[in-house]
Amino acid sequence: MSTEVTDKTPAAAPPGGNGTGTGDGLLQLMLDGMRRNMRQYGMLIALGLIVALFAVWTDGDLLLPRNVSNLVLQNSYILILAIGMMLVIIAGHIDLSVGSLTAFVGSMAAVFMVRNDMPWPLAVVLCLAVGAIAGAVQGFFIAYGGIPSFIVTLAGMLTFRGLTEIFLEGQTLGPFPKGLQKLANGFMPEVGPETNYHNLTLLLGFGLIALVVLQEVRDRRRQQEFALDVLPAKLFLLKLVALAAAVLTVTLLLASYKGAPIVLLILGALLVGFGYVMRNAVIGRHIYAIGGNLPAAKLSGVRDKKVTFLVFLNMGMLAALAGLVFAARFNAASPKAGLNFELEAIAAAFIGGASMSGGVGTVLGAIIGGLVLGVLNNGMNLVGIGTDWQQVIKGLVLLAAVGFDVWNKRKVGS
Amino acid sequence: MAGPVLEMRSIVKTFPGVKALSDVTLTVRQGEVHAICGENGAGKSTLMKVLSGVHPHGTYEGEILFEGEACRFKDIRASEQHGIVIIHQELALVPYLSIAENIFLGNEHATRGFIDWNETLRHAAELLRRVGLAEHPETRVADIGVGKQQLVEIAKALSKKVKLLILDEPTAALNDEDSGKLLDLILQLKDQGITSIIISHKLNEIRRVADSVTILRDGRTIETLDVKDPRTTEDRIISGMVGRDLEHRFPERTPHRPEEGAAPALEIRNWTVHHPIDQQRKVVDDVSLEVRRGEIVGIAGLMGAGRTELAMSVFGRTYGRYADGTVLKDGREIRTKTVPEAVAHGIAYVTEDRKHYGLNLIDTINRNISLSALRKVARRGVVDEHEERQVAEGFRKSMNIKAPTVFEPVGKLSGGNQQKVVLSKWIFAGPDVLILDEPTRGIDVGAKYEIYTVIDQLAAQGKAVVFISSELPELLGMCDRIYTMAAGRLTGEFSRAEASQESLMRQMTKDKEVTR
Repeated sequence: MSTEVTDKTPAAAPPGGNGTGTGDGLLQLMLDGMRRNMRQYGMLIALGLIVALFAVWTDGDLLLPRNVSNLVLQNSYILILAIGMMLVIIAGHIDLSVGSLTAFVGSMAAVFMVRNDMPWPLAVVLCLAVGAIAGAVQGFFIAYGGIPSFIVTLAGMLTFRGLTEIFLEGQTLGPFPKGLQKLANGFMPEVGPETNYHNLTLLLGFGLIALVVLQEVRDRRRQQEFALDVLPAKLFLLKLVALAAAVLTVTLLLASYKGAPIVLLILGALLVGFGYVMRNAVIGRHIYAIGGNLPAAKLSGVRDKKVTFLVFLNMGMLAALAGLVFAARFNAASPKAGLNFELEAIAAAFIGGASMSGGVGTVLGAIIGGLVLGVLNNGMNLVGIGTDWQQVIKGLVLLAAVGFDVWNKRKVGS
Repeated sequence: MAGPVLEMRSIVKTFPGVKALSDVTLTVRQGEVHAICGENGAGKSTLMKVLSGVHPHGTYEGEILFEGEACRFKDIRASEQHGIVIIHQELALVPYLSIAENIFLGNEHATRGFIDWNETLRHAAELLRRVGLAEHPETRVADIGVGKQQLVEIAKALSKKVKLLILDEPTAALNDEDSGKLLDLILQLKDQGITSIIISHKLNEIRRVADSVTILRDGRTIETLDVKDPRTTEDRIISGMVGRDLEHRFPERTPHRPEEGAAPALEIRNWTVHHPIDQQRKVVDDVSLEVRRGEIVGIAGLMGAGRTELAMSVFGRTYGRYADGTVLKDGREIRTKTVPEAVAHGIAYVTEDRKHYGLNLIDTINRNISLSALRKVARRGVVDEHEERQVAEGFRKSMNIKAPTVFEPVGKLSGGNQQKVVLSKWIFAGPDVLILDEPTRGIDVGAKYEIYTVIDQLAAQGKAVVFISSELPELLGMCDRIYTMAAGRLTGEFSRAEASQESLMRQMTKDKEVTR
C-alpha cells in the first residue's frame, strides 16, 4: 500500500490533437474503445460464429437468400421492441408490458380494420397513437408518480392482456386489408429491366453505400476542421471498403430473392434514427445521464422526469408498431399474440450490451442481441432442434453473454 | 481516579494515497466520559473504526490494550465480545423491524434458530426502561423519531453487555431537547460504571458531560486535557483543534474591492428550510447573505451546520422542504425552484460529493463536461460531437486534467482530476455565480493548488464565488469575506482582515442556545 499522494494517469498515451492525425495515439484510442465496448464487439463476433456454425450445420441453408429474407421477417417485431427496450434499460428502467401491448394494439387494429372497415393508413396512425398513449400513461406513473417501472409495467402487462381479450371477445380476428399485410410480408416493388437481381434493392444498396461513404468523408473533414485527430488515410480507406462490402453482401443476398422486405426498410430507418438520437441528440445524452447517475443528472439540470416520460411514450409507440407488424404478418389479431415478447426484447437488450444498473448500451447492440437470438431460433429450427431445447439454449446464451461481461469487467478492474 | 481501561498506542492508519492517522495515542480511564474533538478529517472516526474492529487488526500499526490485555480484533463482532460497542453517526437500524427486533438483531434470543419472543420482548422492555424510552418494544423503528432511535441504539449496545460505549457525533442529528436527554443518559450510564467515548464538535456538550478531552489534528494526538481543570477553557480547546501551521499555499490574491452602488450578484434573504423527513427540524434557519461580482465568499461550519443544505436548497430546491426566503440576482428576485431555472439564471453548484452527485462515473470526460450545457454544443437538439470534443480538449489542457484523451471514463481518474472535470462542467455552463461545496475535499496538495488558482481566476473574471469548506486555512487563504454557520444559523460574518482560525471556530462551535 503506498502512502504517498498519487495523481498519476494510467499508461498515458501521447495526447493528440494536431489535426494531421498520425499514429499510435489513435491506435490506442481504437483499442480502448474496443475494450470499453467489449460486450458489443464480443457479441458481434459471437453472432458471426453462430451464423458460421449454423451455415455449416445446415449445409448453407441458413444463408440462402430466401432464408435470410425470412429471418428478417420472423424477427422484425422483436427487433423493433428491442430498440425501444434498450432505451428504457439505458434510462435505468424496465418495461414488462410490451408483449401485452403488442397484442392489445393488434386487437385495436382488428377492431378498426376488420370490424369497422376503416382505411388501413388511418388505422395505422390511430394504432400508433393508441400505443403512444398507453406508453404515456405508464410513463406518467413512473416519471411523475414515482412508482417503480417494474410495478407499473407489470400492471400494464396484466391490464393490456386483459383488454386484448375483452376487445377480441376471446376470438381471433382477420383478415387484414392487403395494404397492411404488405407492411409485414411485402417486398419493394420490382421495376426496370430484367436482371438476375431485384433492381430497386440493388439501387437502394448502392445508394446506401454512396451515402455511407459521403457521410464518413464529411465527418472526417469536420474533424479536421476542428483540429481533432482523424484516422490515417490508409486506415480510413480500409474502413470505407469494409463498410461498403458489408452493405453490398446483404444487398446482393436480398436482391437475388424477392428484394428488400418492407420491414427491413422500417427497421433500417429505426436503427439509423434511434442510433443517431442516442448518440447525437441532446435527449439521447440525457437518457444516458439519468441512467448512469440520476442525482448527478438532476443536479446538472437534466429534466429527468420529462425524459423518463418520453422514453416510455416512445416504447409504447414502438410496441404499437411491433403489434401492427405482428398482426399483419399472421393476418389476424389473436388474444395470445405477443406472449413473452417482453422477455425476448429484454434478453436481446442485455445480450447486446445493456447493463442492469442503466446508463450503458447502444441501439446497434440491441439489434445485434436480437439477431443472436433470431439466428439461434432460425438455425435450430432448420437443424430440427425442438422448441424445448431451444429455450434451454437461449437461456444459457443470455447467462453466458452477461456472465462474460461481468467477468471481463472484473478482470479489467473497472 | 481509576486506572486506564483503554490504551491505544502509536496508532498509524493509511489509506491508498492518504495517511489518515499518523501517530495517535489515546488513554481512557475506567468509568469516565472521554471526549474526542478535532476538525473534519482530523481522524476521529478513523480512530474509532480502528478501535472497534471495522478496520481489522493488521491493517493498522500500533497496539490497543483493553482492560490491560492486548486486543487484535478481526471484526466488529470480536470487539463487541470484549464489550466495546460503537454507535455510528448514521444509525444502523432496520426501519421496518420493531424496536425489539432491532435491539437483538444478529444477537437473537433463540433456541435452535427459533426466536423466543417472550424473552425477546421482556428483555427489550427492560433495556428500554434503562435508557428511559417509553415506547412499546413492538413499535416499528421507522415510526419513532431520530432522538428515540438513538436511544434504541444505546439499548442495543446495553444488550451486548457494553463496557466501553463509543458515540460518533451522537447529537448531530438531534434537536436540543433530545440532545439534552441523550447527554443525561450518558451521565446515568457513567454512574452504572459504563465508560464512554464521545466524538463531538459541540464544546458546550463536552463541557457538560466529559471528564477529559483528547484533541486530534491532522491524524495526530495534540493533547489530552482535564475538562474539570479551570484552565481548560473553550478557547484552549479551539486553539488545540486549529493549530498554527499553514502548510497549504495559496495563489496571490488581490483582495476584492466592492463596486459602489452595484447590487450583489447573488443575495439570499431569510432562507429557511426544513428537514425532508423530520419536518419539525429547521436545517437552515433564517439565513441571509450576499455575494458580489469578483468576490470570493466563504461559508465555514462543522458537519451538520447546514452549509450544503443551504446551497442545495437554493440550487433548484434539491434538498429538504422549502419554508421561507427569497433569492435575488443582481438585485432582482428570481425563481430557483428547479435546477434548470437556477442554471438559466447563471447559478452553478459544484457538489460536495462528486462521485454520487457530480459525475456520471461510467461516462467519458467530454460527455460529463458538456452535460449541464449540452445545448451550447448542439444545434436544433443535435449534439455536434466534434465541437463537444474540442471544448473538452480545451478544458483538458487549461485545467490540466491528467488523462490521455477526453474519451477516458471519469471513474478511472484520480480525485483531483475528477474534481477538475466537475469544475470544467460548470465553468462551461457559463455561470455568474458559482457555489463550490468542499471543492478540495479528498484531493492532494498539488491538485488543491491548481483548483485554488482556477477559483481565483474565476473571481478575477468577475464571477461571484461562494466557497464552502471545512478547512479553515483554505478559507482564510482564499476568501474576501467569510460567514460562519452552526446548527442551521448564520453565526458570524468576518472580513478577510478580521478572520482568524480562532475567531471562526468560536462562531462555528456555537450552539443554538448560545446564539439566542
